[in-house]
Amino acid sequence: MQSFELIRPESVKDAIGAQSERSAFIGGGTTLVDLMKLGVMQPDHVVDTNRLGLDEIEALDDGRLKIGARVSNSRLAIDARVERDYPVLSQALLSGASTGLRNMATTAGNVMQRTRCPYFRDPAKPCNKREPGTGCSAMDGINRNHAVLGTSEHCIATHPSDMCVAMAAIGATVVVEGRKGTREIPFEDFHLLPGDHPEREHDLRSDELITHVVLDAPLEGAVSTYLKLRDRASYEFALASCAAIVTLEGTKVTAARIALGGVATKPWRAVDAEAALVGEEATAKMFEQVALLAFQRAMPLEHNAFKVELGQQAIARALRDAVQQASQGEHQ
Amino acid sequence: MTEYFDPKTQGGATSKSRRNFLKTVGASGVAAASTPLWAQATQARAAETPEGDPAKASAPAPGMSRIQLNVNGVERTVDVAPQMVLLDVVRNELGLTGTKKGCDQGQCGACTVLVNGQAINSCLSLAISRQTDEITTIEGLERGGELHPVQQAFWEHDAFQCGYCTSGQIMSAVAVLNDDRIGQSDAAVREAMSGNICRCGAYKNILAAVQDARKAMKGGG
Repeated sequence: MQSFELIRPESVKDAIGAQSERSAFIGGGTTLVDLMKLGVMQPDHVVDTNRLGLDEIEALDDGRLKIGARVSNSRLAIDARVERDYPVLSQALLSGASTGLRNMATTAGNVMQRTRCPYFRDPAKPCNKREPGTGCSAMDGINRNHAVLGTSEHCIATHPSDMCVAMAAIGATVVVEGRKGTREIPFEDFHLLPGDHPEREHDLRSDELITHVVLDAPLEGAVSTYLKLRDRASYEFALASCAAIVTLEGTKVTAARIALGGVATKPWRAVDAEAALVGEEATAKMFEQVALLAFQRAMPLEHNAFKVELGQQAIARALRDAVQQASQGEHQ
Repeated sequence: MTEYFDPKTQGGATSKSRRNFLKTVGASGVAAASTPLWAQATQARAAETPEGDPAKASAPAPGMSRIQLNVNGVERTVDVAPQMVLLDVVRNELGLTGTKKGCDQGQCGACTVLVNGQAINSCLSLAISRQTDEITTIEGLERGGELHPVQQAFWEHDAFQCGYCTSGQIMSAVAVLNDDRIGQSDAAVREAMSGNICRCGAYKNILAAVQDARKAMKGGG
């Protein structure tokens, strides 16, 4: 690993002051240390966030939940308020990585997690995300694990997070602090599509630090589930995943939130499917129909066309599983 | 008779004196009466040399920081570079080589240690950030020569083949058994330990060992 200067500030202000174009914040280190070892990330300065506090989970008066940037994935998953009000988030967190990694990984670090695209992770291979303008090796390469939604001709790398898929479905705000003060970014706007600039992954300026993620108030009476489909039963990234949150009146859907992982270049809200489902009968046939809508604009490549059908099945099954809880009287 | 590494009495090792340690252990097996001269000399050096104890030396080298790490209940002083991960410091600087380097990128779990009782992948953790933590490695599990119940159960169930992943498996198992929130079913244990890969495929015996150790620990073992 290339050496770097480690800066260990004790306040958010000092942390922001220490940040530069050639630096990186470190939380749990599960992405950054890995990528520094591989030579994919080579910051001159690493700014340690471990002395900044930011490790509280706070219920706000308006019903929202404010999560400190440094709250670990393990702790967030078992927080009583998360388990009660946002079980889909708890399930998503626990489906990600392993116990050891979740103990280290932080909330903000998970939001900032980099793609697992093997070409991105190999500095010997061309990659527009790692080195803009060098080309995309995955486009004509082994792209079985790559995205079918939100892609561009320059990048087809998937966003790897499970936590972010649940947050996209729940609705959230990313709170950041920089030299010019604090800013609130809607979660759906935080991660950027690759477009012509796959190296730009998020709406975070070079001097800004994520301090909190605030979850929207839970939908009253909602049922939800997180379904993750992958090559092995545990400790593996999603080929397709779905966070589904639904409210019902009788047998009719009154609100629906559907987010996808493993198939898209960012945590993906399936808004067309959601809109089509509201007001309809909550039947398996209807779920299969709206699932088709989510992949209308899919751009499959040589090895990942299976993800279109797999993703559709993930939506249909997640919705079915969530609604089944309602019929069994298990709210949320 | 088997000796178990006890950092409380055998501390101060460096990567160099790790070899001395191995020689020392080898020599002790030859029996004291016939200890060859080279081994006596090695033992003497291992006991007397101040190397590996930066507290006795001058200022840290440029680019290095002198830090305190609490490992297995012992405060250790060590000079580290910013990019040094806990795994490498524990093995190469403190001579505690029971913790293994497998993939070195958080994909295998061989490097699992406990930090404040929680299992973590020490290959991805910067050592400097662990100064206020209690670190436990495989060497810190035994008590007075008695194996930890999980170690004993792995021994009895033959819960390994090549043994390379074993210390990581054991550390994860200790964390699992100390965490009341993790279910007791086989499925819950498998899920909680899925970050520890065993290339030999000894999972069946590993699981049996963990479940057996659970009984021993409940029984006050």
